[in-house]
Amino acid sequence: MQEILQYFFSGVTNGAIYAVIAVGFSMLYNSTELINFAHGEFVMLGALCMISLSAGFEMHLVPAFLITMAAVGAAGMLFERLAIRPVRHPQHVVLIIITVGASIFLRGIGMLIWGKDSYTMPPFSAHSPVDVAGAKLLAQSVWILVIVMTLTAGLHLFYRRSLTGKAMTACAVNKKAAWIVGIPTKWMVLLAFGLATAMGAVAGASIAPITMSSYGMGTILGLKGFCAAMLGGLGSLWGAILGGFLLGILEAMGVGFVSSGLKDATAFVLLLAVLYVRPQGIVGSRKVQRF
Amino acid sequence: MTDNRILLEIKNVDKAFGGIRALRDISFCLQDRSITGLIGPNGAGKTTLFNLITGIFPADNGEIRFNGRSVNGFRVHELVGLGIARTFQNVELFESMTALENIMVGMHTRTGCGMIGSILRLPNIINEERRARTKAIDLLKFVGLEKYAHQKSGDLPFGWQRLLELARALAAEPELLLLDEPAAGLNMSETRELGGLIRQIRDQGVSILLVEHDMNLTMSISDKIVVLDQGSKIAEGPPRAVQSDEAVMAAYLGKAKKQEQHASHTKS
Amino acid sequence: MCAPRELSVLEKFNGSDSMDSRYRKIVYIVFAVAVVCIGLAVKNAYYLQMLIFIGLNTLLALSLNMLMGYAGQISLGHAAFYGIGAYMTAVLTASYHVPPLLALPAAIGAAMVVAWIVGVPTLRLTGYYLGMGTLGFGMIVHIVLREWSSVTGGASGFVGIPPLAAGPLVIDSEQHYFFLVWAMVLLCIIMCTRIIDSRVGRALRAIHDGEMAAAAVGVNTKKLKLQVFILSAGMAALAGFLYAHLIYFVSPGTFGFLASIRIVTMVVIGGMASIWGSLFGASLLTLLPEWLHAFSEFEMVVYGLILMTVMIFLPRGLTRGVLDLFERWRKTNDR
Ligand SMILES: Nc1ncnc2c1ncn2[C@@H]1O[C@H](COP(=O)(O)OP(=O)(O)OP(=O)(O)O)[C@@H](O)[C@H]1O
Ligand SMILES: [Mg+2]
Repeated sequence: MQEILQYFFSGVTNGAIYAVIAVGFSMLYNSTELINFAHGEFVMLGALCMISLSAGFEMHLVPAFLITMAAVGAAGMLFERLAIRPVRHPQHVVLIIITVGASIFLRGIGMLIWGKDSYTMPPFSAHSPVDVAGAKLLAQSVWILVIVMTLTAGLHLFYRRSLTGKAMTACAVNKKAAWIVGIPTKWMVLLAFGLATAMGAVAGASIAPITMSSYGMGTILGLKGFCAAMLGGLGSLWGAILGGFLLGILEAMGVGFVSSGLKDATAFVLLLAVLYVRPQGIVGSRKVQRF
Repeated sequence: MTDNRILLEIKNVDKAFGGIRALRDISFCLQDRSITGLIGPNGAGKTTLFNLITGIFPADNGEIRFNGRSVNGFRVHELVGLGIARTFQNVELFESMTALENIMVGMHTRTGCGMIGSILRLPNIINEERRARTKAIDLLKFVGLEKYAHQKSGDLPFGWQRLLELARALAAEPELLLLDEPAAGLNMSETRELGGLIRQIRDQGVSILLVEHDMNLTMSISDKIVVLDQGSKIAEGPPRAVQSDEAVMAAYLGKAKKQEQHASHTKS
Repeated sequence: MCAPRELSVLEKFNGSDSMDSRYRKIVYIVFAVAVVCIGLAVKNAYYLQMLIFIGLNTLLALSLNMLMGYAGQISLGHAAFYGIGAYMTAVLTASYHVPPLLALPAAIGAAMVVAWIVGVPTLRLTGYYLGMGTLGFGMIVHIVLREWSSVTGGASGFVGIPPLAAGPLVIDSEQHYFFLVWAMVLLCIIMCTRIIDSRVGRALRAIHDGEMAAAAVGVNTKKLKLQVFILSAGMAALAGFLYAHLIYFVSPGTFGFLASIRIVTMVVIGGMASIWGSLFGASLLTLLPEWLHAFSEFEMVVYGLILMTVMIFLPRGLTRGVLDLFERWRKTNDR
């Protein structure tokens, strides 16, 4: 029982991270119909940036966090402007290769700046782990959960309440119609990139204290975030969050009860299962093809 | 001109998409070697009926019989093999392939070379390929496009794409040919030529179910007309009878008539 | 109003619809002669090794091109079949002392059976979902190769694969291997060209242009997609087999996600739906990293930049893209 709870805690922590990454994927997919294979690299940039700012430059946590988000978001927007917008015929494969190219490029940049070493940083607060029925919940896990909850609530309000958010939703539903009623769709796409990559940075910055971060950490995180987004149904905010937590928890149980080597396989087995049974994801709705 | 054998029988067919009842309780028969016109206002369910007959999706209720046997549950390509071919309202050519290749794909069910056969390329395969090519060229000639055999089909003008699609459907050697608005986008003389082609196809023993908004064309070449409105069949019979049918007039002119009445009321 | 357009150079070269077999035979003969000349002329072991790798990558690109370029079914997990081929022969020949000649059909067969089992549910998916499905499959295979250490040697790899041998004939010199690999390449090129140029190939291209429409003209799309998936898995496994006996060592890292992406990149850069484009793309992507060594720590940055730039400006691949540019240049000059 205590063991299960322990696994559950670590699952929820990882799940929250997957959820944030998945939300980034979903947001981008919504506004651009694009899967950004470089998304994981933005997570990496977020983590390393945060570590450098707070541990290297000894900056206070809050400004470090905000600067990280802003910097990575700006990088994301730059990426859209330079590498995505100029594409004239956005076919799936072409976009996949461009974003994969970007991921290699960003990994290269990461290696140039931070070298091949791994880094970590102290937790956001020095509290000792909370004891819940014999299982330990790390303070950083609580931080992560709080950050993720706040962020999700913020995003939800942004989409529901703000004019910009509504305009983005309109873009996602029908780009051309949105353009016709006067929504600056290009700006919306740029903004979506900025927001999505900033979300990636949040994920990276939040896990920096509990993992070893290096230039190569992004690929697998990105893929898992992608799995999570797919599990919930691409393009759905709540689906992505659901998918993230589901993946995190199942993965933790898998590590606990099967084998830690197979941890990474959980995500993909789950993904295949969902794809085969419900290709539209858990929350998504099926697209109809018609003549 | 028409004998009495029934080629296609639609029996109490229903189809709904969510809340929209696209077809309700449709029944009619199609005689062998005849041209049947299927008309109705936009959204009446004509294309949906085509999609049911060709197995794109199943009917919710009812039965479709072709050549005396129920074809419910057959897959799309199997129905082509049985002898049902179609064209599409929004032309669905293979755009990156040439006109000739499009027609040769249309012969898929009438040729047999498989993966291994194509690798070995034995004499019988070469022969089959040669025969298919000759026949494809004949079909191109039939619709008058032989000069453009090696043109990418996506580069052809729209009207010709329709003709090419017709030729591709014929390549499957169908017994029943479903044409979904073949004259849309054609000019007057092209439409007249199309009418001639359709008659010729019928005379070669192919039965035709024709959806067409051009009433001149439909009324002049059809042996029988079936009228749908909002998913229901509202009339069936020879062109002349249908033209003077009250319900049909109401369906087509209903709104206009009501408005006229309304206008005359306010005047008086 | 719409005069028959002249065939572009590339279309003539690919001869996609003129079954000009005589012309084609000449191309094959030229190709074979070129291979023999190169094989005899090049003595440097490093260069030979490079050329062998180009051959292997050509096989991989060709196999994926059948699936992705022609039939339009994207796969982000193709390296899995490469890996299955390599590991199958590794385990059979090294652990069970099966002669390589028997391990070859086993390796290809295993990949094909896996493709069959995986293909049935996966090929129902389309677009990104298909990409994701194949990616997931590729990752699972990769993880199995890494974790099943009692059989595969685990993350550190599998050593001790014997050289290729059939009876007294042992192929262990670089030069012989070069000839073997390129003979296979030629064989596969001929095979693929024949398929593309047949009823089956036309149906595949039809599926690419419109799957529903293809079904509506009588193509059994499900069956055909599965067939081409299995074929392409078999070809990738052949490459894997050759790879294993070339360097006597396999490790899971060679068959991961990035390897799959590399194959996709070869196909797209070389030109989708172009047999000779696969050869070109494979050559380029085999040689590029070698050239980039000169950039030392900037290697990854430059590699990523090149990928992005090519795809942004020449999305139809280098060969087609350059021809397009040339055509445009000629037209502006004519005026
Ligand atoms: N695949 C589908 N999913 C949902 N609704 C559909 C689908 N196909 C058709 N419908 C709906 O069914 C109704 C009938 O459509 P259908 O295309 O059959 O009409 P039609 O008679 O062919 O009209 P038109 O003359 O405009 O072509 C319409 O309300 C349409 O929106
Ligand atoms: Mg219609």
